[in-house]
Amino acid sequence: MIGMISSLLAQADWSSPPIDWHAIAPELILVIGINVVLLIDLNLAESKKWMIATLTGIVMLLAFIPVVTLGLELDGVPRELFDGRYVIDEYALVLKALFLLVGYVVVLMSQNALEDGGYYQGEFYVLMLCSILGMVMMASSRDLISIFVALELLSIPGYMMAAWKKRSSVSNEAGVKYYLMGVFASGIMLFGMSYLYGATGTTALTGEEGLGALLTDGSLSGLEVIGIVFVLAGFAFKISAVPFHSWAPDTYEGAPTPVTAFFSVASKAAGFTALMTLVFLAFPNASDVYGPMLWVLAALTMTVGNVLALRQTNIVRMLAYSSISQGGFILMPLAYAGDVDAGGSALNAVVVYLLVYAFMNLGAFAVVIAVSRKTQSGEISSFGGLFNYAPGLAVAMTVFMASLAGIPPLGGWFAKFNAFKAVLDADTTSAYVLACIAAVNTVISAAYYFRVLRTVWVDDVPDGNTAPINPPSPIIAALGITVIGTIAVGVYPRLVAGFGNLSDLAGTVPLLG
Amino acid sequence: MLAANFLLLAAVLFCIGVFGVIARRNAVMVLMSIELVLNSVNLNLVAFALMNDDVDGQVFALFVIAIAAAEVGVGLAMVLLIYRNRRSISLDELSELKG
Repeated sequence: MIGMISSLLAQADWSSPPIDWHAIAPELILVIGINVVLLIDLNLAESKKWMIATLTGIVMLLAFIPVVTLGLELDGVPRELFDGRYVIDEYALVLKALFLLVGYVVVLMSQNALEDGGYYQGEFYVLMLCSILGMVMMASSRDLISIFVALELLSIPGYMMAAWKKRSSVSNEAGVKYYLMGVFASGIMLFGMSYLYGATGTTALTGEEGLGALLTDGSLSGLEVIGIVFVLAGFAFKISAVPFHSWAPDTYEGAPTPVTAFFSVASKAAGFTALMTLVFLAFPNASDVYGPMLWVLAALTMTVGNVLALRQTNIVRMLAYSSISQGGFILMPLAYAGDVDAGGSALNAVVVYLLVYAFMNLGAFAVVIAVSRKTQSGEISSFGGLFNYAPGLAVAMTVFMASLAGIPPLGGWFAKFNAFKAVLDADTTSAYVLACIAAVNTVISAAYYFRVLRTVWVDDVPDGNTAPINPPSPIIAALGITVIGTIAVGVYPRLVAGFGNLSDLAGTVPLLG
Repeated sequence: MLAANFLLLAAVLFCIGVFGVIARRNAVMVLMSIELVLNSVNLNLVAFALMNDDVDGQVFALFVIAIAAAEVGVGLAMVLLIYRNRRSISLDELSELKG
């Protein structure tokens, strides 16, 4: 047996591919960090478990260093590994930085919630690091197989994190619903991928023999159309686009609040990363198929999310529907990715929106965590009179809600402006219709964001308990980062305006005119 | 042609799986239906690898098998969790969160 294998190996002229260690340093640091955190957690006394959170934060910051050095060294020339199937370009680096930053802020937010609840802290952070590793991989994946592996690596820990409160039946329900929907969606996505592979004979997205070059309008076979539709539908689950959103509100409400923040920002951004990579690299010339599909998804998502958010009384549930509707705005430019005029600004709009959305949504959840530590309630009415006893939190909440509503000069305004600009660049009737739907939705969304602000500033304190809130320092740090991020992008948009240029994305296929 | 039969079988399995996920109310049955969907993907991939005469599809199928195992591990743990808390694995009873 062994002789047979060694003779087979001797026949095959195989040598290991050259590996650019610097380029995959962020992933390597995360992998080493996961193992270190797991091992240290095994030998740590229960009273010292808080150290794990600090250690996890340090791992993320360490992984951030090579992202920065790569960014400085890259200079427009992408670094390709494994036959161009794992690419480090500026697009990937911006998203990697986003995921690591979001992970760091979520660690800050979850530290006290986990300590107070007595939950399994060590395991939680290990799973979160695994999930972040999947997202960081997703940003570089340029092959159907690695996109699938990255998606599962980021999702499977998420299922467990949603059900983290083991004894709470609500948290269990959140976990099971997320799990069933997520796995079903990846099954559908895989079925689509198998058809794409079958019809084209390749799993690579880029290159002359890649999907991007082979899938072109007019010459698409039935298998290819089904493949594209199924793959996009699978990711529509991940970003909770209507009509694939039914899991999101329940999961967001039932899961621990820091985990909800993680899902609504990091998981969603990872889903959009995959969608962007696929739409810009694999399907750019199949816009007859994905264009109308994403148009309908975007219009439905922003409208249904908004209308349902209007009638929520629970703040987390309202933020869940608000994040669905924000997802519609992020999706909107992607419908015009294949347009020669709008393609470039569409990529830029989505990347910028994801960055800004991460800051403002994480911030809103940080305020909710800080306030509900005192009120022990998730109802919007429990925020009544917040300004009277916690002015700092009230001001922070105002910044985030106004930014989510798109009020200048906050970050959300610039993000929405970019999304509208990308759609209007397409200059077609359908684009104008979509922009009108989005404009109406912006107005509707202001209603529920401002209702929260009215409660915070005008209403009376519901139970008369006006003891001031002293949020623990990690949450203050998280609030600081998110407030600064939200305001800085709005006041000085040039900070992020350069991110997500189409030329930063290696391997783009020239669009058909 | 032989490969076309495999594709037909895979499509039928996929439809049965999707129907099971939608219609079944027992959590374990839903998990099994999801397995059907994933296995129809594997059949597809291997059949296409035969048709295209390369190994990419078979490698892909190996990845799918490995990850499906991990997924089902997590899924069964979760079903066990809800069974411990509720003494039932009916999905219809998971309805505390609404609106």
